[in-house]
Amino acid sequence: MAEFLDMGGYAAFVWTAYGLTALALVVLAVSSLRAGKKARDRVEQLRPRRRKGQA
Amino acid sequence: MNLCWTTLPQNLKLTRHGCDRGVGMNGAGIFGAIFARDVRLAWSQGGTGTMALSFFLIAVTLFPFGVGPEPQTLARIAAGVIWVVALLACLLSLDRLYQADYEDGSLDDLALSPLGLTGVAAAKILAHWVATILPLVALSPVLGMLMNLDGDAYGMLLLSLLIGTPALSLIGSVGAALTVSVRRGGVLMSLLVLPLYVPTLIFGVGAIDAAAGMTDALPHLAFLGAVTLVALVIGPVASAAALRLSLE
Amino acid sequence: MHRFANPAEFNRLADAILPWAKVVMAAAFLYGLYLALYASPADYQQGESVRIMYIHVPAAWMAMFTYMVVAVASFTALVWRHPLALLAGKAAAPIGLVFTGLALLTGMLWGKPMWGTYWVWDGRLTSVLVLFFLYLGYMALWRALDEEDKAGRAASILALVGVVNIPIIKFSVDWWNTLHQPASVMRMDGPSMPVEMLWPLLTLAVAYKAYFVVVLLYRMKLEINLRKLSVLSSLEVQG
Repeated sequence: MAEFLDMGGYAAFVWTAYGLTALALVVLAVSSLRAGKKARDRVEQLRPRRRKGQA
Repeated sequence: MNLCWTTLPQNLKLTRHGCDRGVGMNGAGIFGAIFARDVRLAWSQGGTGTMALSFFLIAVTLFPFGVGPEPQTLARIAAGVIWVVALLACLLSLDRLYQADYEDGSLDDLALSPLGLTGVAAAKILAHWVATILPLVALSPVLGMLMNLDGDAYGMLLLSLLIGTPALSLIGSVGAALTVSVRRGGVLMSLLVLPLYVPTLIFGVGAIDAAAGMTDALPHLAFLGAVTLVALVIGPVASAAALRLSLE
Repeated sequence: MHRFANPAEFNRLADAILPWAKVVMAAAFLYGLYLALYASPADYQQGESVRIMYIHVPAAWMAMFTYMVVAVASFTALVWRHPLALLAGKAAAPIGLVFTGLALLTGMLWGKPMWGTYWVWDGRLTSVLVLFFLYLGYMALWRALDEEDKAGRAASILALVGVVNIPIIKFSVDWWNTLHQPASVMRMDGPSMPVEMLWPLLTLAVAYKAYFVVVLLYRMKLEINLRKLSVLSSLEVQG
């Protein structure tokens, strides 16, 4: 296990590269999902009011 | 429709002249009129001509202060510095290429003229190059001396600038047209345009370095010319498309 | 609601694709990471640091691929005035920016142990850097213009000018680089790569592509909802 983590002495580079990649991809995905949910909620909020107004 | 398009505000003479002749001014005539007006504007008070020239001179003289006055160091970077500063001067002077005509509405009239927006863009690009860039090219040997440029490279400095700088005006025009309706669009425009200037810079400096190192500069010049030709095809059309957007 | 007819159909399509794309993404990431970090051999020259390649090269591929997606979307938007294409370009650009940034960062982290320095003006790194700037410009133009539709079409024109220039930029940078070639730069030549190294690379490339599909679909749904919001709120204002 320690050997695996050590990456033949390149641990700092290998794990930083994988860590940054994971971080960036997760942040992009989560922020896209969050913004999407927020926008969807607001669309739902606005819609019924409009129908009531028309009725 | 009233096609008395020549309501170019900065040029009352031309307006009266155009309207005297009535509606029927053909495309070539309009092209010439825009070209003449823009050249004159560039060299009138507050025009871009003198400013770009002064910028070119001052910005190049900053480099010896930055890197030190050793002749060898300066000679090594001379071609690159002159090209980069010429590129920035071009960018700064292109900033408001279409803005005045857009803001006072004359671009709307020009769009309806028989010349068409593509022709209008071409006329304005040509005027920019002739009025603002050609003087820079003419001044460049003096800057070469200040930067201790290799004696064999002066001809190539002029030649590479002559072949390469039209691409700067053409591509820059697209950026200017895209940001015409943006307030303080200058910074945004640099962001859009600078990456597209990379090939011109590479081949332009490459040609000069080759001439200074006594190697064959022809391939560099050929590619430089090819980049300019591609820009010639894209530039006016893309500028016109971008202008059409902002006129809607 | 006629103007949402098209987006509604898109939403149905997206919802049909998403579960599959997620499954592919999860499986490819798990298997690819297992191969890349554990089950593949260390390179006889580069040692364990070669493992960075498995996330670096696919990121660089995605950087190019996403720009092509943006360009095709831009073309479709300009020629056929397809509103969804406009949104597809807008939704894809941030993903491309992230992959381009990752290609640069992982390239630097691979370069340090291999070349002894984080940055060399290597032809590939340099053209990816220029690509990064092209993404920045495209996204900045989207933000700069108030009217969504005009902003999108302006950005589309820029994307098309950019895509014509990409081969020229690539060529010029390679040319420039061979003139100034530092002797120490090592090249990773594709065909000579052993199969054990090709598998993790390709698996992670599939994972990246599936990730792209998932996030692109979510972002497009987001953009459609934002569009709806601006329409709804303008109706509200009009009473």
